[in-house]
Amino acid sequence: MATTTQAPPARPPATSTDRRRRIVARPAAWIVWGVVIFFFLNLLGVVASVLVSSFGQRWFDTWLPDGYTTSWYTRAWDEFALLQVIVVTLEVSVLVVGLSLVIGVPAAYALARRSFPGKRLIFLVFLLPILMPPITYGIPLATVLYKFGLAGHMSGVVLANLVPSVPFVILTMTPFIEQIDPRIESAARMCGAGLRTVFLRVLTPLLVPGILASAILVLVRTVGMFELTFLTAGPDSQTLVVALYYSMSASGIRAQQSVDAMAVIYTSMMLVLLVVALRYVNPTQLVAQVKDEPEH
Amino acid sequence: MSGAGRPLTHWRHRLAERGVDRQLWLLVPALVFVIALFLYPFFYGLTLSFQPTKGGPFSDYARFFSDSYERGTIWITLRIALPAALLNVLAAVPIAYRMRGRFRGKRLVTTLLVVPITLGTVLTAQGLLNFLGPTGWFNRILLASNLVDEPVRLTHNYWGVFFSLVITGFPFAFLLVLSYLSGIDPTLERAAATLGADWRRRFTRITLPLLMPGLATTFCLTFVLAFSVFPSAVLVGNPAGETRVISLAAYQAAYEQYDYPYASAIAMIMGFVELVIIAVVLAARSRFYTGSTGGKG
Repeated sequence: MATTTQAPPARPPATSTDRRRRIVARPAAWIVWGVVIFFFLNLLGVVASVLVSSFGQRWFDTWLPDGYTTSWYTRAWDEFALLQVIVVTLEVSVLVVGLSLVIGVPAAYALARRSFPGKRLIFLVFLLPILMPPITYGIPLATVLYKFGLAGHMSGVVLANLVPSVPFVILTMTPFIEQIDPRIESAARMCGAGLRTVFLRVLTPLLVPGILASAILVLVRTVGMFELTFLTAGPDSQTLVVALYYSMSASGIRAQQSVDAMAVIYTSMMLVLLVVALRYVNPTQLVAQVKDEPEH
Repeated sequence: MSGAGRPLTHWRHRLAERGVDRQLWLLVPALVFVIALFLYPFFYGLTLSFQPTKGGPFSDYARFFSDSYERGTIWITLRIALPAALLNVLAAVPIAYRMRGRFRGKRLVTTLLVVPITLGTVLTAQGLLNFLGPTGWFNRILLASNLVDEPVRLTHNYWGVFFSLVITGFPFAFLLVLSYLSGIDPTLERAAATLGADWRRRFTRITLPLLMPGLATTFCLTFVLAFSVFPSAVLVGNPAGETRVISLAAYQAAYEQYDYPYASAIAMIMGFVELVIIAVVLAARSRFYTGSTGGKG
């Protein structure tokens, strides 16, 4: 997983085609890399301007701020009660990840292994929450949750965030399960293991990479999910994204640099999650299971 | 077999032959969940949208479509989401095509392209306001190099939202396209190369057709992201005019006017418009080869 080695790109055999290819390919390559570099330069500008601003004392009509300070971070930490917000964010994410795995993995197993009437319909129902914009189902969902008195608390936020997470687990786990040789399960059953034993003693250990992958992806998604949390959270169940949004949309009350500092805190948190995720997931293998090593 | 004492076993056997047996209980928790938290609220919202606070069952829909300010949100949303999603997917193809092979620093470039996912809407919004704003670095560079006489206005309008969608959407589109591309067997292209096809023909005749289903899926997912644009439309856009997207209209109806039937009606319209676009894309996709290209989609 750590190495992405692939067969070298195809070489045209004849020298004439080789020369022609070079003439055609070179400018295209330069344009592509030029666009990529331009994109990155601007992206760097976007990120750096927030980073510089979060450390800047006063920054008006100049290239760089007048002086530097870390006071915006301490101020943001106190003003927004960031510790509590981060604790809520982590609690929500851990609950969502755990529940969506418990609900999603068995369903993914059934969908990967079995064929039965109505399978396509069930698959479509699981696909819909991913294909719909969160606001579309978020507003009716929030209305229902408020009706049952669940919204405005942690439980409502967790339930709402489960809606896209469970289908996501199902969709990412199905290819992982399909990869496992069904004969392994048959052998375990021959030796007298029941479904539960097969699941806990045979399949789960084999599925650990897949489970880790989808758990981390769900975690990243949940920490970043704005709409659903925004629609269902109460004052003490806001996650970091929602708290950030409120602090920014109520601009004028807060110093801009203090919002910048908070955004930097959020991004560093996400970055840590992503770096952890990249250790377990090869991002290029999310959709298609590609053989890493070239065949010999 | 026809013994009257065992109809139950017989029935169970018949079901098992068609693939229905005890293992399907594994699906039940997920089904219960999706029915309780997705289908039920959805149909609840649907019926709610036909029970407006005043007027007949369709009056909230009529209200939406008769008010040009409200109706316009559909067009505004599509005008932002379609170009952004299209650009993200189209830009991802050549870059991913260059990145398929093995070269030094590939992992670094991939990681760099993935990192924008962590930025989040607010940092992107703040960054765009700082960087592209009238006194930001971008305009300073343009002014200093005498390319423009006065600062270009790129924030608090259409472009601000568009850029924010590109920053958040492109890495996602790139990952998916790269994933689909690496799923295409490279021996196919090598075979075509032995037959004398140049890279252009190899790309248009082999890679592109095989990639098309993956591109359609990527477009759909990127479009869903762009279509539900909400926070950035408020933060870097002009939420009262140019970038008053439909999700904003729905949000305002629900949480500022507390008119849940009307909000549900807008949400239903939003979902309908979005599903129509997706259906069109998927219908177009089914005209291409849909066999195993490595992807599931």
